[in-house]
Amino acid sequence: MEARFLLGFLLLLSLSSFAFAIYEDQVGLADWHKRYIGKVKHAVFHTQKTGRRRVVVSTEENAIASLDLRTGDILWRHVLGKNDAVDQIGLSLGKYVLTLSSQGSVLRAWNLPDGQMVWETDLQISNPSNSFLHVLGNVKSGRDSLSLVCNGGSIRAVSSIDGLVVWKKDLSIDGLKLKHVFQPPESDTIYAIGFIDSSLIALYHINAKTGELLKHATQASSVDLSSEISAISSDSLVALDTSRSNLLLIKFMAGTITNHKLPLSDIVQDFSGLAELIPTKSNDIFVVKTPSNVAFIKVKGDNEIELIGKADEAGIVSDSLTLSEEEQAFAVVHHSNNAISLQVRINGREALTEGIKIEDHRGHVKRVFLNNYVRTDKSHGFRALIVMEDESLLLMQQGEVVWSREDGLASISDAVVAELPVEKEGGVSVVEVEHTLLEWLKGHMLKLKGTLMLSTPDDMAAIQAMHLKSTERNKMTRDHNGFRKLIIVLTRSGKVYALHTGDGRIVWAHLLTPLLQSESCPSPSVLTLRNWRVPHRKALQENPSILLVGRCGAGPESHGFLFIVDSYSGKVLETQILDHSIAEVVPLPLADSSEQKLHLVIDDKLNAHLYPRGSDALEVFVREMANMYYYKVENAKEVIKGYAFKKGCSTGSSAYCFGTRELWSVVFPSDSERIVATARRKINEVVHTQAKIMTNQDVMYKYITKNILFVATVSPKAAGGIGSAAPDDAWLVAYLIDTVTGRILHRVTHQGAQGPVHAVVSENWVVYHYFNLRAHRYEMTVIEIYDQSRADNKDVMKLVLGKHNLTAPITSYSRPEIATKSQSYFFTHSVKAIAVTTTARGITSKQILIGTIGDQVLALDKRYLDPRRTANPSQEEKEEGIIPLTDTLPIIPQSYVTHTRQVGDLRGIMSFPANLESTTHVFSYGIDLFYTRIAPSRTYDSLTDEFSYVLLLITVVVLIVAILVTWAMSQKKDLQEKWR
Amino acid sequence: MNPSLSFLSLLSLLLLFSSALSFQSDELPFNDDDEFEGVRSSPGSASVAPPVRRRPDLDISSASDSKSLQFSLEHSLGDSEFSVAGTFTARLKSWTHGAQTLTKLRFTRNAISDTEKGLFERLLEDDDFYTIRIPSNVLNPSGKDYVVSSVRARCLPRESLDEHFVIHTDGVNVLSVNYGSAGGCQYPRPLKSPSKWSFSSYTVLKNSEQAPRTPTFVEQIIASENALEEGLQPPEKSFWAKYWMYILPIGFVLVNAMAQAANAAAEDQNQGGQPSQRAPAVRRR
Repeated sequence: MEARFLLGFLLLLSLSSFAFAIYEDQVGLADWHKRYIGKVKHAVFHTQKTGRRRVVVSTEENAIASLDLRTGDILWRHVLGKNDAVDQIGLSLGKYVLTLSSQGSVLRAWNLPDGQMVWETDLQISNPSNSFLHVLGNVKSGRDSLSLVCNGGSIRAVSSIDGLVVWKKDLSIDGLKLKHVFQPPESDTIYAIGFIDSSLIALYHINAKTGELLKHATQASSVDLSSEISAISSDSLVALDTSRSNLLLIKFMAGTITNHKLPLSDIVQDFSGLAELIPTKSNDIFVVKTPSNVAFIKVKGDNEIELIGKADEAGIVSDSLTLSEEEQAFAVVHHSNNAISLQVRINGREALTEGIKIEDHRGHVKRVFLNNYVRTDKSHGFRALIVMEDESLLLMQQGEVVWSREDGLASISDAVVAELPVEKEGGVSVVEVEHTLLEWLKGHMLKLKGTLMLSTPDDMAAIQAMHLKSTERNKMTRDHNGFRKLIIVLTRSGKVYALHTGDGRIVWAHLLTPLLQSESCPSPSVLTLRNWRVPHRKALQENPSILLVGRCGAGPESHGFLFIVDSYSGKVLETQILDHSIAEVVPLPLADSSEQKLHLVIDDKLNAHLYPRGSDALEVFVREMANMYYYKVENAKEVIKGYAFKKGCSTGSSAYCFGTRELWSVVFPSDSERIVATARRKINEVVHTQAKIMTNQDVMYKYITKNILFVATVSPKAAGGIGSAAPDDAWLVAYLIDTVTGRILHRVTHQGAQGPVHAVVSENWVVYHYFNLRAHRYEMTVIEIYDQSRADNKDVMKLVLGKHNLTAPITSYSRPEIATKSQSYFFTHSVKAIAVTTTARGITSKQILIGTIGDQVLALDKRYLDPRRTANPSQEEKEEGIIPLTDTLPIIPQSYVTHTRQVGDLRGIMSFPANLESTTHVFSYGIDLFYTRIAPSRTYDSLTDEFSYVLLLITVVVLIVAILVTWAMSQKKDLQEKWR
Repeated sequence: MNPSLSFLSLLSLLLLFSSALSFQSDELPFNDDDEFEGVRSSPGSASVAPPVRRRPDLDISSASDSKSLQFSLEHSLGDSEFSVAGTFTARLKSWTHGAQTLTKLRFTRNAISDTEKGLFERLLEDDDFYTIRIPSNVLNPSGKDYVVSSVRARCLPRESLDEHFVIHTDGVNVLSVNYGSAGGCQYPRPLKSPSKWSFSSYTVLKNSEQAPRTPTFVEQIIASENALEEGLQPPEKSFWAKYWMYILPIGFVLVNAMAQAANAAAEDQNQGGQPSQRAPAVRRR
């Protein structure tokens, strides 16, 4: 019997775990996945006559990608680790992409067509600094070609075929920084030029095949050298001095070095300020960019230079592009209002000028990369890859934008959710209805065929296509279930995008900071965004809006600004430059008469400024001010402080400015604890019930407060990475702190544990993830808090007679009697982000959303993290759904909400409720975006999309017919009986 | 082999697969002796909790040294400056392995002066905060860092002014002090004055709890697997215990049938040898 029961139980358990998965044909129904690359910093074009034209780019998100030049689609992409920034990329042998990363210490080769990594070489550089990569064109040892990596005073030659270091030359001279390496055509000698301590110029001749030092020479320079150089021909280069106002022309012929100083003001009239050299390759031309203009300068003969061209406005200049032996092209891009003009100059002469209108939400041009192609009339054509201020990428050709990519979305820093407009009544024509009716019938016939397994493969494909492009999900109106919403995201560049949850398309996008740029606000940057007005009761007719808060400068004391933006259209409703700084924005659970949410902006002097400014907002706030508290975690000082608000502020006499006074502080001993993580409950989380029925019919009351703060500290020795501390030196202390009184509700030490700590707080529990050094595994701990002061409310008689304290107001000043239950489990993965599902009314059971190291999102049922799990649960406990205790949390492959997708460089997971209680939206972002809807307890409150109404209808009809037929038959039989 | 049992073991294997992988090497390198004992103090205990770092080889009671130290409690009434309001006395115990802990905390309150009483009455009237602070480093109290705690003044008055300190320490450093009334605090807070203008104080010293070790189940899993093997032979049951659910209905049917037969026989006797004419029930209309 027992075995049979166990069997049934296990079967049930296995079924319950599989139930979360989706079927293959459901992929893409509710979810979408968008891939981005980030802000491009290097680009190499690969435009051979045969094969696909592509551009290989590396980005500031440490991604390397190959893009199709025709469409802008990603052909392949790799995201390197966080500390593995790409320094340089190059092409080798026409089939490999070489990337130098991690400050010049790792060189990798990727196969150009498919992006497979061919080899990787750790160059073992002792003091990583500015390294550079030089791919030699014509040193052929066999069919191999060499790539040189120069770092400080050492050169390594790496074979392009297998990545082996062929030779290594350490010039071992203190202060030597190699600047340029080149190899004259048809020669086996490499020339390496460097500066020693910015005063000496050194030249080395090295054998390209063996690395043997053939010759070297040094020469004192007449000026202090800066790091910028420009190689202009095979035997000369140009450098800038440290004052950035003088040029130094260096020539090295036959082992001797000569240098010649040229003041820039002699060449460029009205020169002032700091100049900048644009790296060029050869051909005796170099480009100097000054604040007022761009000068193209040619070197003639000995030490004579000539200004051959000038672009007047300060534009963005591309690297040089060699067209032929004599010709070299540059692109200069200017930006004005909502147009950009691309000017291509060959040898300083203007060859092509194109003007293009672009959307005004892209800001200024930041970078440009130039490429050429042969036109049908055999002349040179040019295309330019342009990186804009909002980090988007455009390809321009023949005066048109061929394609554009919104790569700003790869660096989302904050996100909120907004509602869509309500659908308008009426206005649907009869034709439309007839059409949709026909479609609807056809669709249902197809579905019916599918259900009855009569459909052909073509029909199946049609059904799938119908699912995917269902117009319902992409409508721009609010739906009954709350599935259609706008996700409004803020990116690092300060651009705001509204994404539709149906298919992830961009509804509107705005770059707001240029609107603000002025004397009073020199470099605006947006910090955060919040919901400002949510349609609700009185404000149903008003459009919802969002609040964007930022500061005008880099420092924390610079003035703040705020924007109020309409959620439907992205239109700016209000702009305000504040007369105070911004340290933090605290949304309050209050709203004024027009349903604008009250926000407190805390400045760096700890004054609180109330927004919106309005007498009713002030009235609402002052009424509640005695019950408002604020806390601040000072990570640097290892202190948490709590404040109350009081009237009158220290900086001004504005009625909307309030002072703060310190109420409490928690001081962590700096020699034994470091704050590594804090977490608190979501402000808008809904809890369905505060009572929890135990298996023995006992009631436990959850300790539910919005003011609970989870803080994790680790020992200072263990603050580094895993492995930096011995288990005896590492400990992790978890605190639960009430933010009103500063009371430490619970405190527990984990010996031998260390960060990184990721935590999530919800209802009355907290789950945190850390590393256990003793067990060599990651662990997750759950703490649940129960309120003991209400424990005696279990008596039914008391409840009936009203002698309970359940409706008494709760104050944090009462001494809480709490009990905690806790349990730790091993967890296989390290974690990048952690969140919890939220539903509209909090009835649905919760799942913990874990961003795994594989850039996927795992939904782990909260039941697995139940502190009441025991090794041998009793019959009642099993019935309640308590899972037998295991020491490891299971990772069920079907419970990945991202199914087969990966969210590159996952940074955040957001969950927000739909109107349907069973369903919640999950939006995860990193370089990629992934959105889906999940139902943690399955969709118990609605029929799924696949539900066949036609089948239901047919069943009903068949039943009615059957009833009628049997009725008639029985009548007939009755009659016959009576006649017998 | 019983097919259902093989299915069972297959299922359990499937379910345990992911966890079973990680069970292979789970050596407990340290403190095997007190693995599940844990080092924990009950949350309510006012006494000294064990030192933060404990090793089994060290004798806990071998405190080599203990000295007395004092630190003061300062309070602020409303917006006034902090002034000394009382003194904590504690013993500092040094353990042989270097750790130090505070024990035997005593607290003496200074008497309330008239000005303080006046200020406190104003606090009660305004429902304002009564703030206290103690130095976070009690060994070297000249430091600037204080742990601060506040309470609404109206929470304190009962008979006298009842106050309750919970001092969270980490050996010697004071992390935080939780200050409040001894019991609950009503909301909304009514204005009432104490009948006796003196403080009655309760102090509690709290150290950190140690988290229990994550349970590991290598032995249990093996044991349960063994149990599974043994489970192949179910214990013998009596015939009745096994088949009562079949026997009972059959018996019932039999009894019923016999009763019917007896009835029929009686009817036959009553009708007196007539051929039985069984009119079907349906015809009775």
